[in-house]
Amino acid sequence: MPAAFLAVLFVWPLATVLARGLAGTGTGAALAVLVSPGVPDALVTTVVLAGLGTAGSVVIGVPAAWALYRVGWAGQRVVRAIVAVPFVLPTVVVAAAFGALFARHGVLGWAGLDHSVAAIVCALVFFNVSVVTRVVGSSWAALDPGTQVAARTLGASRWRAFRTVTLPALAPALGAAAAVVLLFCSTSFGVVLVLGGARVRTVETEIYFQVNSFLDLHAAAVLGIVQLVFVAAALGLASWARRGRDRVAGGRELDGSRPSSAADRPWVAAVLVALATLIVLPAVALLERSLRVAGGGHSLTNYLALFSAPGTAVLPVSVVQAALNSLVTAGIAAVIAGALTVAVASAAVRGPRWARWLDGVAMGPLGVSAVVIGLGMLLTLNREIAGVDLRTSWWLVPLAQAIVALPLAVRILVPAMRAIDPRLRAAAASLGASPWRVWRTLDWRLLRGPIALSAGFAFAIAMGEFGATSFVARPDRPTLPLAIARLLSRPGAQNVGMGFAAAVLLGVATGAIMLTTERLRTRVRADV
Amino acid sequence: MRITRIAIPTAIAMTVLAGCSTAAQSGAEVTVLTHDSFAVPDAVVTQFEKDTGITVTFVAPGDAGSLTNKLILTKDAPLGDVAYGVDNSFASRAIAEGVFADYTSSAPAAKDAAQYAVAGSAALTAVDFSDVCLNYDVGYFTDHDLAVPQSFDDLLKPEYKGLLSVTNPATSSPGLAFLLATIAAKGDAWHDYWAGLAANDVRVTASWSDTYYTDFSAPNYGGDFPLVLSYASSPPSEVIDGEPTTAALLDTCFRQVEYVGVLEGAKHPAAAQKVVDWMLSDDFQASLPENMYVYPVSSSVKVPADWATYAPLSPSPWSVDPATIDANREQWIREWTQVVQP
Repeated sequence: MPAAFLAVLFVWPLATVLARGLAGTGTGAALAVLVSPGVPDALVTTVVLAGLGTAGSVVIGVPAAWALYRVGWAGQRVVRAIVAVPFVLPTVVVAAAFGALFARHGVLGWAGLDHSVAAIVCALVFFNVSVVTRVVGSSWAALDPGTQVAARTLGASRWRAFRTVTLPALAPALGAAAAVVLLFCSTSFGVVLVLGGARVRTVETEIYFQVNSFLDLHAAAVLGIVQLVFVAAALGLASWARRGRDRVAGGRELDGSRPSSAADRPWVAAVLVALATLIVLPAVALLERSLRVAGGGHSLTNYLALFSAPGTAVLPVSVVQAALNSLVTAGIAAVIAGALTVAVASAAVRGPRWARWLDGVAMGPLGVSAVVIGLGMLLTLNREIAGVDLRTSWWLVPLAQAIVALPLAVRILVPAMRAIDPRLRAAAASLGASPWRVWRTLDWRLLRGPIALSAGFAFAIAMGEFGATSFVARPDRPTLPLAIARLLSRPGAQNVGMGFAAAVLLGVATGAIMLTTERLRTRVRADV
Repeated sequence: MRITRIAIPTAIAMTVLAGCSTAAQSGAEVTVLTHDSFAVPDAVVTQFEKDTGITVTFVAPGDAGSLTNKLILTKDAPLGDVAYGVDNSFASRAIAEGVFADYTSSAPAAKDAAQYAVAGSAALTAVDFSDVCLNYDVGYFTDHDLAVPQSFDDLLKPEYKGLLSVTNPATSSPGLAFLLATIAAKGDAWHDYWAGLAANDVRVTASWSDTYYTDFSAPNYGGDFPLVLSYASSPPSEVIDGEPTTAALLDTCFRQVEYVGVLEGAKHPAAAQKVVDWMLSDDFQASLPENMYVYPVSSSVKVPADWATYAPLSPSPWSVDPATIDANREQWIREWTQVVQP
């Protein structure tokens, strides 16, 4: 079932565009695209941006994973939730916040980074650091502290113990997280366009230009193939990191976290300062904009206005009503995504050999141009498929959001599922347990934490989802991100101020969802 | 937005599916494709539905440019019945590709619309227009004792170095309009003109919102640039305590006209034609300024009072013939990129 889902919504459209774009042309024409003006630069820029964005996310994310998951301290859960918020904020809002920081008179204006690659990298790290923190942190928290203690007892330095014991154990999670971030960064679009002022060009923006300005399907198809190569490389990286190290955790998930000691405190503090600089500075810029009113003063007017419908048709309902719409659709999307995630992850980990490809294919949509797939869908899905009628209106919104959330949710669940010792399941089965009973008594007990985490992430992603939603949501029932985009596309201090206030509301709502997920996860772990 | 990875594909699929949902039933349901800035008050839609028995579904698959591209790519199996939002820089291409079926409305305002018609075609009906113009921050020029620039040539003067923010013609429709205005004004010398602007540190952003509310130094925004690309209709939104804080430079304007047309192969052509008539009705036309910040084509409706005061139109906007735009658009954008962002 998930295979059919991916085939219809990803593989078929992609193949169609490639076929149509490349029909009747030879490799000569393809090479001509790759050396046409701007394209070699775009290739280099893509690799550089993705590389730096990933490196930055790992450099900050790994220490953050340790400080937020391995050692325990008061208030930790709130910080975990805050770190997850940037990931789901709309690009237009984040870009405006970073734009304000890097503008000539901005807090970081002295750095002269406006419209530079460095500014884009900062924003990419801002968005993606939570992916590394989350994925690596969950894995780190579950590491058996025994081996590390043993290494230390045998005289290894703290660094050596980390390098030889901890790091190899974290490698699968780290590889998975880095691959996801690499794909996110390589296809990142809004951030590159806005913070680069359309001066910094990548493969993704080049595809957009070719399609949107020139309607050149051939160039788009050639560049789409380049992206596929990139996806394959990222997936290769992830499986290389995982080679031979699929962790078998026995039957019981360990809780390897420990209270922080006096020696940890300076390190935890250092991580917090780094996170604060990365996340709080743009957040403060955002908050300032949300409080600004006509003429340049500050007050809560914009927030009060969220409760009443605007006078003109900028929005048909109040922003608060839009936020409620978002909660309902995102909740349903999280349930759909959760179920699909379990199906895809099961097939990828335990299914027949061919089904293991599903794992990689599920990542594909992250790394292939949205514009290309969009075109493909336009060319393929304009009809009823195999008698399936997807055309009942309202359900399209949560369904679309679930598809968007699926790749990351799968990434979170797969490592946890791999960690379950297959011998346990075999033993249960040989003792006569039905498959359902095996699932209920074994898998569900061990996996409900990670499943809750995937679903929570899916919920948050669905809350912040813009693109898919903007096409399927009825104009009279906007979601919160749609309301924000709508407000920010009109002149006038009140529209813009309300737009930023609504973005703060979205950030707070997302933070609350992540906090709840955290609690759920810890409680579940506690009774295993 | 963080849209762009998987979101848009799914999105478009869903649009398509959503579009179909109205098609299955008999005659009374019509799907209207629009650009993403479309806004009309509920009351106006409800009244239309009550008067005609037609149910309207609006679908917005992107800005004017991507709307046009999608119409072209799907012309064999159209996404809806009628499309609003193709403007004069894309009109010729859509007509040449045979996206639209001919229809001439007999609504009273059709006479007014006719003066904006695309020459040699009866496929598109003009609904509204607007002037894309540079706007300036009134206070900045008073405070700095600097004369407000008036013409394109003034912008090359050293005293205005680093004061202008515009948008990229490859990613933004006002950006394309502004490029067309300079081409209309400078003819073949436009490359040199833009090289001059680049030498005078013109800032180029990806979209209107980046230029307008991140860069604009007007009191409502507090950015770094007192000269920005926007619309003649923007200043009324920046009136503070009865005082205008911004104004448009009326010698730098390009007139943008937006059209509606019945799609070739529409499932409900008769209902689609009614939608075209409706967009020329007094109710719809009168709602345009407040909701979409554009001027109605109809001469029988009044624009809001503050528009007359703060948002005058350019007396002589620059224009380029749609067929010439269509023949050169891509080449111009490529050349512009070479000159300004090598």
